[in-house]
Amino acid sequence: MHRTGELYGHFETLEQQKETATLGMWVFLVTEVLFFGGLFMTYTINRHAFSTAFGVGSNTLDLTLGGGNTVVLILSSLTMAMAVWSAQVGKVGWFGIFGKVRWVSIFLIATLVLGTVFLGVKVVEYKQKFDHHLVPGRGFDIRYRSEHPTASDNPKEIAAEKEELEKAFAKDPDINAHAQLYFSLYFGMTGLHALHMIVGAGLLLWLIKGSFAGRFTPQYNTPVEVVGLYWHFVDIVWIYLFPLLYLIDRHQ
Amino acid sequence: MSEHIVSPKVYIVIFLALMVGTTATVWAAYQNFGQFNIVIALAIATFKATLVVLYFMHARYSPKRTQLVIVCSVFWLAIMLAMTLTDYDTRTPRDSRLAPPAISHLFRA
Repeated sequence: MHRTGELYGHFETLEQQKETATLGMWVFLVTEVLFFGGLFMTYTINRHAFSTAFGVGSNTLDLTLGGGNTVVLILSSLTMAMAVWSAQVGKVGWFGIFGKVRWVSIFLIATLVLGTVFLGVKVVEYKQKFDHHLVPGRGFDIRYRSEHPTASDNPKEIAAEKEELEKAFAKDPDINAHAQLYFSLYFGMTGLHALHMIVGAGLLLWLIKGSFAGRFTPQYNTPVEVVGLYWHFVDIVWIYLFPLLYLIDRHQ
Repeated sequence: MSEHIVSPKVYIVIFLALMVGTTATVWAAYQNFGQFNIVIALAIATFKATLVVLYFMHARYSPKRTQLVIVCSVFWLAIMLAMTLTDYDTRTPRDSRLAPPAISHLFRA
């Protein structure tokens, strides 16, 4: 296959080549929508059937960490969009000791850093769930945290949690089993989302390498645009996951 | 090249709108709207997702055939959700349609 610069032989123009690539990416994202859609449907059916257990499970999540992560992820979408813009206009600037640097590199690195922060916070949240015996399986015990408070726990919070659990057990005696469905979906959905973030981080590393080599110019920046589409899609999944997992039953 | 370049100003305005949406969804979750809590949460999330698709993902400035693919994804998702949920909602006998299966014997008390 012959190739002139970045233009492959079977395309007439770079513009046609770019439109083809973004269309292909969108077709892939359609399959991703249906892939995550199946999980959201499973969530809907189970939440409807076991609303008490889902409410109790949701209230164990840390809203500060989850909300903070939402801000971090949306900010990373902004830096990704700015990376696309920097590549499109070919902006170059001086960055102190680093000398002349392309802005696209700066914004791609910022996106990677924010994505890594998101995954780091997710690790802290998962660790809490392991500590509180909230991982589905034999050791699962929804009462564990309220019965084994540590010195750092607020006694008022623990008392409130105990009361909430008592009411929940009165409504649904099998809540210890049903809450495991909530946590299976929590780990499954956030885990699959995190896996997409890890793939995205790998793609970003590849882009950063290319941007330092000066591969992305106002004439040719399709890889930045296409990875951008993927990154924003992962952001959209989180935009739905956040209220559905963290905010089910906060008003009680 | 007739490529449309979205300016940083637009990106920043969209980012701020997404932040307002995030704050609104947390605020709404603490209010008791009864059955409408979930409706409000999903409406805000859909509004945010639409902003991301239109501006961050440049759907507004994309060719018509790309826009058609995007609309199709929502349409197929709607088919999957509507058909499956209709099935769940009309199972007979009706008392078993969404009844929790008896699983308590599988777990220790």
